[in-house]
Amino acid sequence: MPVQHLQPAPATTAEPEPTLAVRDLHFTYPDGTAALRGVSLSVAAGEKVALVGPNGAGKSTLMLHLNGLLGEPQDGSAPITVAGLPVTRPNLPLIRARVGMVFQNPDDQLFSPTVFDDVAFGPLHMGLPEAEVRERVARDLALVGMSEVAGRMSHHLSLGQKKRVSIATVLSMDPEILVLDEPSAGLDPRARRSLIALLAELPQTMLVASHDLQLVRQLLPRTIVMDEGRVVADGPTSTLLADTDLLEAHGLAG
Amino acid sequence: MLPTAAFDRYLHGESLIHRLDPRVKLVVTMLFIVSNLLLPDGAWLAFLAAGGFLLLGARLAHLPPGYLLRRSVLALPFALAAVTVLFSQTGQPLWAFRLGAWTLAVSDAGLLRFASILARSLLSVQMAILLTVTTSFPDLMHGLRHLRVPGVLVAIIGFMYRYLFVLADEASRLLRARAARSAAPAAGQAGGSVIWRARVAGSMVGQLFLRSYERNERVYNAMLARGYRGQLLTMNPHVMTARDWLAGLAAVLLLAAIQLAGRLAA
Amino acid sequence: MFLASAQLHIPDGFLSLLIAAFAWLLALIAVAAAVRRAQATLDERLVPLAGVMAAFIFAGQMINFPVAGGTSGHLIGATLAAIVLGPWLGILVMTAVIALQALLFQDGGLVAMGANILVMGVIPALVGYGLYRLVAGRGRRVALLGAGIAAWLSVVAAALLTALFLGFSNTVSFAIVVPVMLGIHALIGLGEALITVGALSFIRAARPQLLERSAAVAGRGWIAGGLVVTLLVVLLSPFASSFPDGLEWVAGKTGFLANAQDAPYELLPDYTIPLLGETALSTIAAGLLGALLVAVVSLLAARALRSRSAERSH
Repeated sequence: MPVQHLQPAPATTAEPEPTLAVRDLHFTYPDGTAALRGVSLSVAAGEKVALVGPNGAGKSTLMLHLNGLLGEPQDGSAPITVAGLPVTRPNLPLIRARVGMVFQNPDDQLFSPTVFDDVAFGPLHMGLPEAEVRERVARDLALVGMSEVAGRMSHHLSLGQKKRVSIATVLSMDPEILVLDEPSAGLDPRARRSLIALLAELPQTMLVASHDLQLVRQLLPRTIVMDEGRVVADGPTSTLLADTDLLEAHGLAG
Repeated sequence: MLPTAAFDRYLHGESLIHRLDPRVKLVVTMLFIVSNLLLPDGAWLAFLAAGGFLLLGARLAHLPPGYLLRRSVLALPFALAAVTVLFSQTGQPLWAFRLGAWTLAVSDAGLLRFASILARSLLSVQMAILLTVTTSFPDLMHGLRHLRVPGVLVAIIGFMYRYLFVLADEASRLLRARAARSAAPAAGQAGGSVIWRARVAGSMVGQLFLRSYERNERVYNAMLARGYRGQLLTMNPHVMTARDWLAGLAAVLLLAAIQLAGRLAA
Repeated sequence: MFLASAQLHIPDGFLSLLIAAFAWLLALIAVAAAVRRAQATLDERLVPLAGVMAAFIFAGQMINFPVAGGTSGHLIGATLAAIVLGPWLGILVMTAVIALQALLFQDGGLVAMGANILVMGVIPALVGYGLYRLVAGRGRRVALLGAGIAAWLSVVAAALLTALFLGFSNTVSFAIVVPVMLGIHALIGLGEALITVGALSFIRAARPQLLERSAAVAGRGWIAGGLVVTLLVVLLSPFASSFPDGLEWVAGKTGFLANAQDAPYELLPDYTIPLLGETALSTIAAGLLGALLVAVVSLLAARALRSRSAERSH
């Protein structure tokens, strides 16, 4: 299937350097699974991009690379650049602060004794002084509407609440880019609506992997389609999601 | 299923004891238990005084009367083992009975010893309950850290607590799935040999292990993604106030008085 | 309920201060060593791994299987932890479990925690891991059999140590409690052995690399240690059961007991084989029979598991 690169509408202010650039990324897991077979994409600052594709397409693997969680290529190349920094070992602390990852399962992400501790974890480990950490925690819990549960233990929260707190845990690091893996998975309609509303308000550049095509249409003007470890389409959401042949070919119809 | 729900109710209470620094509560608890162990057998006045100390603590913590005593009965099973000491101390036999070919005799020294063991045990368990009912788990961990327990250990316990409920849920699901496939005839005799059943249980445990291991890998990634590099940093919210110091001092003095009473009376 | 596996947690008030302090000292040394060694191998992975594994052990203790007449077999899990995680991490994980159980549920005392850590953390690591390590490389069936025996023995050893702690604290009568604890836990240990073997077999089939990693983690000292403790248990148990006076004599001489304990009854407890009569020999023979029984059971279980998983993989 030939790659379709439909040019996105030009940005109103010309950004010289993409905030996220991936050049021909290959990755094979230790057990032999070839998860990424040459992925290339670039995202400009402020863009909201959806990452769609069937299970096993490599979306999660790609996302893990954006925080340097799967190691570096053996040949010393640095196929990923974030905010001008190549993703290499020495840059990881900065990269992880600039790219906030919200994992699919909030129970994996909320590992601290209390909600407050979880939101404080990021800034604290960035080396910020306690007073500033407290400020950020208060600010971001308020932003996601979870101020009143600050002292609670996360296992007492509902899934929707946990998802909101998860977002706060990365917001407190003041990231430039937010990467979210299936944010609306498992949510009831009301929680889903309020999550979408929350995401709509966030100013950061966003890359969202999701099976929820409605969410994609509502929030994310650009869509990248992945299948079998490659990018197979990249363009305006409205165009791509109207292309039923494309959707069916990559397991996204329905 | 996990009994934490029972005391969660009082955990969010507001009282003098609830608000005390966790360090003070931990240290006083340990001193109380050690003090009871140091009291000689038969120091009934001192044991009663220690009970009074507990009652005072319970009142100050706004716990319902008898709450501590009721919850402390879970120490009783071990008392079964201690019952044997009734028979093994040299002293005046109080009463004897035959058990088949054996004759067992309860001596006065044995009774004294047994009753003292029971008293100490009940007192200690109630004190530990008072501690946990008035101190939230995160505060307990902070207290341990302040008291110089190695951060690694405290962090491990913290993580364990956090994932306890998640994994217990997974274990319940496995148990329920098994139950759903274990239709037993009305007579109630479960099918399959013991070995087969043990093997099923073993597979469930193995399954749970692998899920836990995979979860740990995901949590590790999540920690790395937020800047973790091996040193787990925490903020220390507790500062000892004058009230904490006073409460600690008062408790120590009371315990010393109880010790004295116990030794003088002996 | 007293018979359930969790009852090796000694509450406060049952151990003398001297014993408790002594146990704490040994436990602190073991745990400190475990922290250092585990950190050296695992570094920043230690905290999440140990924490989640400790939660697993706790949750795993919920999984039971009906035995007979309303009782069920449970897992303590300490031997399994030591085998899949290595002995140092095993000790840390069990320490966390014991600490949490004491703090949250008052299952086990605070002053008695040192003793509980030795009983349920260090002993299973020594006996469980040490014995398993001895046979780990010799093929699946032998390894599983070894694990089963190791699990059984570590339960019995733990029971013996608990009984000794209680006896030297003058909380129980040696003569009654030692054989009873040993007898009960010889049975409980069977359940532990079966579940441990079942779990190990599952893990071996699903992720064998995990087990290989832990095997590389600790040195030969553990094998030696495990063998020594096992030997002590095998020799000491019949001695303790048949010659309670001997234990009390020792306790009295070393000052643990204020008064010498009287023999509480006239006849020796029935931990012997009728034909051989009441001698140490017959008790050792009884112990060996028990071990043989476990070996046979583990072997059958291993064989059943192997044929089943062979079917499944085709």
